[in-house]
Amino acid sequence: MMEYVQILGNEAYKILFLIVPVLVSVAMIVWLDRRVWGLVQKRKGPNVVGPFGLLQTLADALKYIFKEIIIPASANKVVFILAPIVTMTLALVAWAVIPMSEELVLSDINVGVLYLFAVSSLGVYGIIMGGWASNSKYPFLGAIRSAAQMVSYEVSIGIIIINVLLCVGSLNLKDIVLAQQELWYVIPLFPMFVIFFISALAETNRPPFDLPEAEAELVAGYQTEYSGMMYAMFWLGEYANILLMCAMGSILFLGGWLPIIDIYPINLIPAPAWMILKILFLFFLFALIKAIVPRYRYDQLMRLGWKIFLPFSLVYLVLTASFLFYFDKLPKGNF
Amino acid sequence: MLAHSVFFYFFSVIAIFSSLMVITSRSTINSVFFLILDFISVGCLFIMVGAEFLGMIILIVYVGAVAVLFLFVVMMLNVAEQKQSWFIGKKSNHIPIGLIVSVLILLELLVVVGGWKFKSDVMSISNLNLSDISNTHQLGLVMYTDYILYFQLAGVILLLSMIGAILLTFRQRKGVKKQSYFNQISRTPSSSIELKDIESNKGVKIDD
Repeated sequence: MMEYVQILGNEAYKILFLIVPVLVSVAMIVWLDRRVWGLVQKRKGPNVVGPFGLLQTLADALKYIFKEIIIPASANKVVFILAPIVTMTLALVAWAVIPMSEELVLSDINVGVLYLFAVSSLGVYGIIMGGWASNSKYPFLGAIRSAAQMVSYEVSIGIIIINVLLCVGSLNLKDIVLAQQELWYVIPLFPMFVIFFISALAETNRPPFDLPEAEAELVAGYQTEYSGMMYAMFWLGEYANILLMCAMGSILFLGGWLPIIDIYPINLIPAPAWMILKILFLFFLFALIKAIVPRYRYDQLMRLGWKIFLPFSLVYLVLTASFLFYFDKLPKGNF
Repeated sequence: MLAHSVFFYFFSVIAIFSSLMVITSRSTINSVFFLILDFISVGCLFIMVGAEFLGMIILIVYVGAVAVLFLFVVMMLNVAEQKQSWFIGKKSNHIPIGLIVSVLILLELLVVVGGWKFKSDVMSISNLNLSDISNTHQLGLVMYTDYILYFQLAGVILLLSMIGAILLTFRQRKGVKKQSYFNQISRTPSSSIELKDIESNKGVKIDD
């Protein structure tokens, strides 16, 4: 019995050391997002609370905690409360398989990519539940838009992942990074990287694809009826998801924790730092795009997903497979 | 083994409870939510047995895609009213057909399960012959070699049903304005600006 308690304690300790940094970095990333947004528009952005305004998000979070949680009278209470919890939990749970370096990973499972894909496809439930349970028009419309959008873009993300898997021959995230030691996949699979990036924008409901919460049409989409801490949980979950997508992009295409070139002064930088740098780089692109690109119309969004990305990534998949087959470069498994 | 059995009973109790709730709960939306919970716990059970690939595929396909569509349909159609009318006692011809189908499925299940030769210790992992090959690789080795024909056939059947569904619901509407990106981009001032001399008090017709 004692050893189980010990194992449990050990795991809880590890999980705590994963979740706390993720939450802190989510807070910092929100600051970075607003800061980049401000600088692009020649404003200063949040710069008052703390040095460079770094503590702005903490101040916001504190404000949300002390606000009253209002539950609409006609809402389905259980589902209404469950929705932000689902969003937040799913966003954090996925971080368990992200390897920060060769040793630094909470659980190194064989089907890491599938796990990430599964968890990100479950993310849609938080939004549908929130939109439906609010029992109001705007949230419901927002939820339906978001669900259709996320389901469509998942298809092309799936095919892009298959492209990478063909080159690696393993579903393990560690193997995927280690297979890129000679060449990062962003070079041979560059078109797929671009499509992955755009699909990730759509998957996380970021501008220019933020139709679920288009403020000009739907007030705030599925979050309209939420207030206080429940709104903050949606918001945290959303940013944790964005960060997760950046991590996924850097593992699949940018070589995860591997340094740019493996020569003396550069490879002194520790592996997790490389991973964090790559995630930050991708997030910087996310933030820039939020500031400079106008919002898509809904039919344009669907057209882009189904009529352009899906056929293109399918064709690229066939090309990748034929290339690997013709030059006999298909990964040999251990059998 | 203690932790293993604790988790096994935890997930199986949730799976059985939620599958009961799917058929007994009065609100249709709640049944769909319980169905999702059922799928998730079955996926977890698959992972516990060691079939992590199947577990993840259940999560991706059933929970991530199929159940979302269920939820859509249930939210859009007001199924609750129809269900209530059955309970009130209106005659409906769905129930006998449903009964016949479910009795057939039960019989088939009985035949399949009755003919199954149970291994006495199928649950103990030590008895399974696991080599170094991960079970995703093993599945691929079987599916793409011995059963490639059936695998491809299943794919073709799915494609056919998809095309059929699209054909059935496809209708060409007239008078819908469509946006042509190519025409928009290739517009030049000379092709889109027209100068006209307008007689006074006449006006001009701009758009047909």
